[in-house]
Amino acid sequence: MADDGGGEVGVSFFREHYGMDDRSLARALDTALEREVDYADLYFEYTIQDSVALEEGIVKSGSRHLEQGVGVRAQAGERQGYAHSDEVTVESLELAAATARAISESPSRASAVAVRESGAGAHDLYPVELPPTEAPVPRKVELLEAIDVYARARDPRVKQVMASVVTEHQNVLIAGSDGRLRADVRPLVRLNVQVVAEGAGGRRETGYQGMGGRYEFSRLLATASWHELVDDAVRIATLSLDAKPCPAGTMDVVLGPGWPGILLHEAIGHGLEGDFNRKRTSAFTDRIGERVASEGVTVVDDGTLGERRGSLNVDDEGTPTQRTVLIENGILCGYLQDQLNARLMGMAPTGNGRRESYAHLPMPRMTNTFMLAGDDDPEEILRSVQSGIYAVSFGGGQVDITSGKFVFSVNEAYEIVDGRVGAPLKGATLIGNGPDVLTRVSRIGGDLKLDSGVGTCGKDGQSVPVGVGLPTIRLDGITVGGTAG
Amino acid sequence: MSVAVPRDIVERALARAQSAGASAADAILIESDALEARVRGTEIEFVTQARERTLGIRALVASVDGARSASTSTSDLSSQAIDRLAAETAELARATAPDPSAGLPEEPLATELPDLFLFDPADRDVDVKARIEDARAAEAAARSVDPRIANSEGSQVGSTFSRIAYGSSAGFFGEYQAATHSLFSEPVAGNGGGIQRDYWYTVARRLADLEQPDSVGRRAAERALRRLGARRVKTVEAPVIFDALTAPSLLGHLIRCVNGYAVYRETSYLAGRLGEAIAAQRVTVIDDATRPGGLGSRPFDGEGLPTRRTVVVDRGRLASYLLDSYSARKLGLQSTGNATRGAGGPPGAGSSNLWLEPGEQSIDEIVASTERGLLVTELIGMGFNPTTGDYSRGAAGLWIEGGEIVGPVQELTIAGNLAEMLADIDAIGSELLWLGSTAAPPLRISKMMIAGE
Repeated sequence: MADDGGGEVGVSFFREHYGMDDRSLARALDTALEREVDYADLYFEYTIQDSVALEEGIVKSGSRHLEQGVGVRAQAGERQGYAHSDEVTVESLELAAATARAISESPSRASAVAVRESGAGAHDLYPVELPPTEAPVPRKVELLEAIDVYARARDPRVKQVMASVVTEHQNVLIAGSDGRLRADVRPLVRLNVQVVAEGAGGRRETGYQGMGGRYEFSRLLATASWHELVDDAVRIATLSLDAKPCPAGTMDVVLGPGWPGILLHEAIGHGLEGDFNRKRTSAFTDRIGERVASEGVTVVDDGTLGERRGSLNVDDEGTPTQRTVLIENGILCGYLQDQLNARLMGMAPTGNGRRESYAHLPMPRMTNTFMLAGDDDPEEILRSVQSGIYAVSFGGGQVDITSGKFVFSVNEAYEIVDGRVGAPLKGATLIGNGPDVLTRVSRIGGDLKLDSGVGTCGKDGQSVPVGVGLPTIRLDGITVGGTAG
Repeated sequence: MSVAVPRDIVERALARAQSAGASAADAILIESDALEARVRGTEIEFVTQARERTLGIRALVASVDGARSASTSTSDLSSQAIDRLAAETAELARATAPDPSAGLPEEPLATELPDLFLFDPADRDVDVKARIEDARAAEAAARSVDPRIANSEGSQVGSTFSRIAYGSSAGFFGEYQAATHSLFSEPVAGNGGGIQRDYWYTVARRLADLEQPDSVGRRAAERALRRLGARRVKTVEAPVIFDALTAPSLLGHLIRCVNGYAVYRETSYLAGRLGEAIAAQRVTVIDDATRPGGLGSRPFDGEGLPTRRTVVVDRGRLASYLLDSYSARKLGLQSTGNATRGAGGPPGAGSSNLWLEPGEQSIDEIVASTERGLLVTELIGMGFNPTTGDYSRGAAGLWIEGGEIVGPVQELTIAGNLAEMLADIDAIGSELLWLGSTAAPPLRISKMMIAGE
């Protein structure tokens, strides 16, 4: 099964380490099915995460964490029973299955489960020869030391450099009462650089940039890419030293390509997650088929992009990921579904059932969410703005899914005066209304870019890695939360 | 679950790390038993139950230039796994650079561990069904307030019992038990013109100290209802009042800026400002880990030092940072007993129970004395920069004209700089509600930039 996206390795891993043969898995599922439940599944996880961090020119600390456990879930109608344990033994599995099934009060008539491996439809999006957690620590230390030296040499105003390499190797195995048995082996690397610059009068500013994805650690060693990363962090910190206060009020805003795609994640993506729409608590409830964006705006969620941070071969319920069109040419057309919400809404799962770890229940979550490129020239888009803001780099964002109001923070922005990019502006927050913000899109650039691989999305206390992307776009009349009148 | 004694596990980890070459080590074992359930309408949405144990080990390997250090953690507590991990920790430490400031604390270790009433033994037998009934009661109460509350994100209960055991090669061993119980309700109000959600919650160390479920549901419903019909306002500079739910977020920003690590790294605008006026004279902020039953209380800190009361801001002056032994050494100060420690990494510095001392006025009096401004009931976004103090966040709340609330507003941002915001606090409410480990009474800031239409 060479096409099984690390599945074969993954299944045998849990067999060898924990004695989880098909019979033990089937027996635990049978235990869960002794009550009347619609579906039951098992989720095994073995994750190693390590990190090495530098500050004040030296790598002061290293860390390595091992997380292992199993979660057993039983679903009956809208109800879910869940039990998890950090002991991965046949006994703890049985106990968890008996706890999870307590969600249902009626005895069952279900027949026994036979689990079988299935590679059909799965992807192989992130094969690695050497798991990033196995890369030699001294190589990671050398990279961080080189980054420190380079960052300080870039600009004498750089006073402090903090950098870290975080690598992760996650093995998961999912067995379902429909007989599914899927495994996935997921590498993840991330390089973070933060610099503190000091300017006239002791004013200090920080600049941050990061990169990563599901690939080998050695990829981070490519000089050109980490140089670019450090250049970005240094530029943001030093530019901020001379930045003037951002204006407050409603104005035209041009968003640069890449990470500003967080706009789509906050304004659109969360509101289209199946759980909120099933419960009718989203500002997008019942709006499928309606116009929610300008003509020419197409937004997709795509978990099948090779090596991307938000990609998965199969989601955390064992459903293969896919490309789901959320908005097509301005019209709202799809939801992001996990198995439970898809079943309750009579729709198909979209491979978006994700969870932080075995200690959490899956929920509908985004993967990589982005807007397709348009035809406009990015330079021309900037020239089209009389007076406004050019926002290039962003921090985090947040949305109130029910009212649809969202915000995101700008880290690097410039004023636009008569179509020309002018002075840098201090950080500010942009705020808008999800169901209407994309109707304000008046230009779409041909320069679609995905982010550098740093996104983490939080929902209900669970964090998962995600990606976003955007071409340069112009938004007419957005509220900017600066301090200048 | 195996039955090994926490002290044996911790001491085994310390001994093995030392025999693998560590000159000093510490270890923490965190065990927890948790249940959570959510009811939506009359239906249970989920019930989860779990037991977890995680061991964290830190090894320090001394050299002439300082100690090298590394941290590891695992949930595999077999003897072989502990031995292997302890040896790996020492080995990983050797791959890092020596740091002259690294090491276990030199300050005197805790000897007497106070009983801080962090759990009630009677709650040990808490029944999932009884907690689910609490969620049902909150849900029913929320929906009975008004016909416009016909939907919700549900009412959720949680009960977690933990046992924390910590030991170090400096000769310290301590352990304690703690519990956290909570009830959270999030109804959705709708009037045909739109929908709005809001929430209320209660959290405590003892079940008996929780707010009654019907009161939680009712308050949540009232908060959601009053947001219906929210409009926007024109961009204006005006006073901003933070309520009991939003005011603690300002202390959250302050905590990041008095954290010893941000101070020595100079990523805080308060670095080098000890003793200076950093807030209005009416502002006093205290951190106290010994508050009985406090959600941030602990009998010893994450390095085995005694915990205490620390005045952080004394009548407007910055009186102390929050320090563990490492950040204290970097700054030439003494630890304030504020080391935090999870299984997943080395100690850090953090607040315990931190609050702003209440004033004299009720929130109604503060509103009545505001000619025109915003009462913020919800904030979204992460627009705070601790290095500069720059602040800009999304806000929703109630608009005030002529000292009276005239209606709900939304899709606004409020912006300023924390240094100026703290200096501009011109009214402090009398009610201090503990809804977490950080608490603040309602506050008014005399002017902020409010961006809207």
